[in-house]
Amino acid sequence: MGPKYPKSKAWSPYAAGALAGLLLALSVLVAGSYFGASTTFVRSAGLIEQVVSPGHVDSLEYFAKEVPKIDWQFMFVIGIFLGSLVSSLSSGTFRVQAVPDAWRERFGANPATRAVVAFCGGVIAMFGARLAGGCPSGHGLSGLAQMALSGYVALICFFIGGVFVARILYRGR
Amino acid sequence: MDLVYGLVTGVLFGLLMQKSEVLRYDRQIGALRLKDMTIVKFMLTAVIVAMAGIYALYDLNLVKLSIKGASLGGQILGGLIFGAGWGLLGYCPGTSAGALGEGRWDAAWGILGMLLGAAVFAEMYTSLKNTVLAWGDLGKLTLPGVLGLGNWVAIAGIWVLALVLFWWFEQKRL
Repeated sequence: MGPKYPKSKAWSPYAAGALAGLLLALSVLVAGSYFGASTTFVRSAGLIEQVVSPGHVDSLEYFAKEVPKIDWQFMFVIGIFLGSLVSSLSSGTFRVQAVPDAWRERFGANPATRAVVAFCGGVIAMFGARLAGGCPSGHGLSGLAQMALSGYVALICFFIGGVFVARILYRGR
Repeated sequence: MDLVYGLVTGVLFGLLMQKSEVLRYDRQIGALRLKDMTIVKFMLTAVIVAMAGIYALYDLNLVKLSIKGASLGGQILGGLIFGAGWGLLGYCPGTSAGALGEGRWDAAWGILGMLLGAAVFAEMYTSLKNTVLAWGDLGKLTLPGVLGLGNWVAIAGIWVLALVLFWWFEQKRL
């Protein structure tokens, strides 16, 4: 894999990024809402746990802080799914794939291996995001755009952790 | 109405990320392998455009800022842990939803893992609050505040740094 994709019809990341930046500023103006995604996973986990054990959810301090409910950000994350679905279907780039190309080249086509690592990665990533107080949307986009010190510290650490693990996984490639 | 705004904003953001391929595992891992800076270009361009827009609106008293407090324990330790998980999964929380939307259903395993990770954090929050999260709690600082600069001087500086970085990426074909 390399940066040049001659047949790619992908939009320039600068153009798409600039539009995303306008969208963020507009969202703050119109709805008063900054982008974020990881709190939604907390609220969703709480909503799921409520089905099994509502008393336990009520007993946890974190769910009093991040109340399990459907809010702006929850719909934002659903919207990302839908926007990507419509965009990929209409442009012919939708592809049902259990193992990404770069993963397949390095680790083979077994979907179970990929599933286990993706699941564990998800557990670790979300625990870290909540400890950091945000993810690449909340800290990365919204935090950096507001020049919040917290955002710059978090994003730099996201990349240090990510580069370290990617180097181990793809060593010698 | 809030929910409708959220949905519409998400659809547009999802479309922009899908069109520029930043949802893909190969692109995200490409950035972490320092071989393909597509997602960094997308992210930093969004940041500098939004920064100018938000601070212009802020100066006109049309918007409020929502600065997250700096807690060095939380952001450094949590950031490194997040990064490690991101390197394994190859999607972040927002892009995992988008990746699933374009059919890359390995993202579903990541989403399930993230729900479990959030539940585990909720169990541990009370003990973390008084330890890791309390370490280096500096409050709601901004870069211009820390550096003693005016907001627009800092914005101009960040624009210059970003543009130099973009120029370098293009020189190196990253």
